[in-house]
Amino acid sequence: MSQPIQYGPALLLPGEQIRITTNPDTEPFWEAAKEHRLTACQCAKCGHFRMPPTAYCPECSSNEKSWPTLPGTATVFSYVVCNKNPANAEDYIYVPVVVDLDGAPGARLNANVTGVNAEDVRIGMKVTVEWTEIQGGWVLPNFRAV
Amino acid sequence: MAWANQDKTAIVGIGATDYYVRGKSWPRTINDMAGEAILKACADAGISVKDIDGFSYYSTAGAGYLDKFDTASLMETLGMPNVSFSATLTSGGGGCPGAIGLATAGLVNEDCKYAVTVMALQQLPQHRLGVVFGSAAPSPENSFLQPSGLVGPGHLMSVLARRHMHLYGTTQDAFGEIVMATRANTHNRPKAVRKAPLTKEEYDASVMLADPLRRLDFCLETDGAVAVITTTMDRAKDCQHKPAVVHACAHGGQREWGRAFAWMGMPDPHFASSGHKFTADRVWAQSGLSAKDMDVALIYDHFSPMVLMQLEDYGFCEKGEGNDYVLSGKIRYDAATGKGVNGGVPVNTHGGNLNEAYIIGMTHIVEGVEQVRGTAINQVKDAEFALVSGGPASLPVSSLILRSA
Repeated sequence: MSQPIQYGPALLLPGEQIRITTNPDTEPFWEAAKEHRLTACQCAKCGHFRMPPTAYCPECSSNEKSWPTLPGTATVFSYVVCNKNPANAEDYIYVPVVVDLDGAPGARLNANVTGVNAEDVRIGMKVTVEWTEIQGGWVLPNFRAV
Repeated sequence: MAWANQDKTAIVGIGATDYYVRGKSWPRTINDMAGEAILKACADAGISVKDIDGFSYYSTAGAGYLDKFDTASLMETLGMPNVSFSATLTSGGGGCPGAIGLATAGLVNEDCKYAVTVMALQQLPQHRLGVVFGSAAPSPENSFLQPSGLVGPGHLMSVLARRHMHLYGTTQDAFGEIVMATRANTHNRPKAVRKAPLTKEEYDASVMLADPLRRLDFCLETDGAVAVITTTMDRAKDCQHKPAVVHACAHGGQREWGRAFAWMGMPDPHFASSGHKFTADRVWAQSGLSAKDMDVALIYDHFSPMVLMQLEDYGFCEKGEGNDYVLSGKIRYDAATGKGVNGGVPVNTHGGNLNEAYIIGMTHIVEGVEQVRGTAINQVKDAEFALVSGGPASLPVSSLILRSA
């Protein structure tokens, strides 16, 4: 088996190349992010978390939602090391991570992690939210190794 | 309990164009290639194209990922006088073998007499499949995925492979063995895109595109078309070849898999899986068979780790043991004996999407038909049962067991 590749620092994808769109179900998440407040969609009736936000709770069918403020910490569930910027195919080391959000069991986010070399990212690693300004005045939650 | 439609229909015709490297089929049009595949499938069955009165698609009737099939246009092009069944499975390539179950539904309901399932794929320079997710403006749903830079299927699949490596100690050596073992089946296949035998050194030197996956862990990008004709058993007996009997077929899946790697919310153990456990269990229940009863397995291989995870979900080995199963040689085909190796079931005797061609699953159906007919290039001796899988991707995924007549 070949040796692990030494990639160096994991970068965040540049915010100016990132777009999002919203709908009435997802907009409260993104409005909270503008205020640097990490939330997740929680059923106001039974307390079940779901991400991305959807119209109905898949557990109890309620459409009442709450948007609690989460601690902003998370655990890496899995990841991939990428080496080309998808916007222009130029060399660029970034690490998409799937994270479990503290305080919101079952809710995950997909983001980038920074503050660590790409080859040192590990499943189970603790991370904390880091806010990235993106197109349209929106703000994206990314994560930094702690 | 046995499936109500067990052995009531059969695939009687198969047809395919040449397989072109991505972008090389131009100036042919996608309908030109689809028409060739359908006409060849009819000739293979020994019927007229004008006998076709059913269309059973998958991938939401997609032709590739950007074009759509339209039954009326195909009738206009090929001259079918009537259509009495026109339907599709939803989502993407996961439904490929499930489309034969859909055809069966139309046939046993006496809606139609001969149903065609077709896929055609053509990538023009501005239509690159690998960036389909990344080039589209993100929907509100996809705004929770695309900003992370998870834009290509290879990125998405790597996240699942990484979790599997973490949970079970799975190695990149196993991914390499899947590519090498199936590559060993293409040297004698005239239409295969990649025919040269592959060494471990060459695999290890393959460029890392989405760590832990290398370029050779990614399937080919192919232009071309494949069509198959399904009909009832009584009509199948009058066709040209031995029928490939539809013994079991299921599509669907469970909510824990759902949108899969377009979502990333799957709990363990579903996350590091192929999402096929549900349809695998259904075809085993429909047939009373299990993995060890299969003579050959045509397993959808858009990315090498997904073969390993399907081997687990179908029960060729236990969950978490895919690495050792693969590395013990058990997916290999032994040409000298026409059998498997080390007690295993040969996988992708046609070379699969990784080595032969990628027509979104249809080449696996064709190989399954040829195996149970007894006419495959890499024929498994006395092949009675062939498993064909589709996906793994957003639900539905699907599974098919073909039986020799």
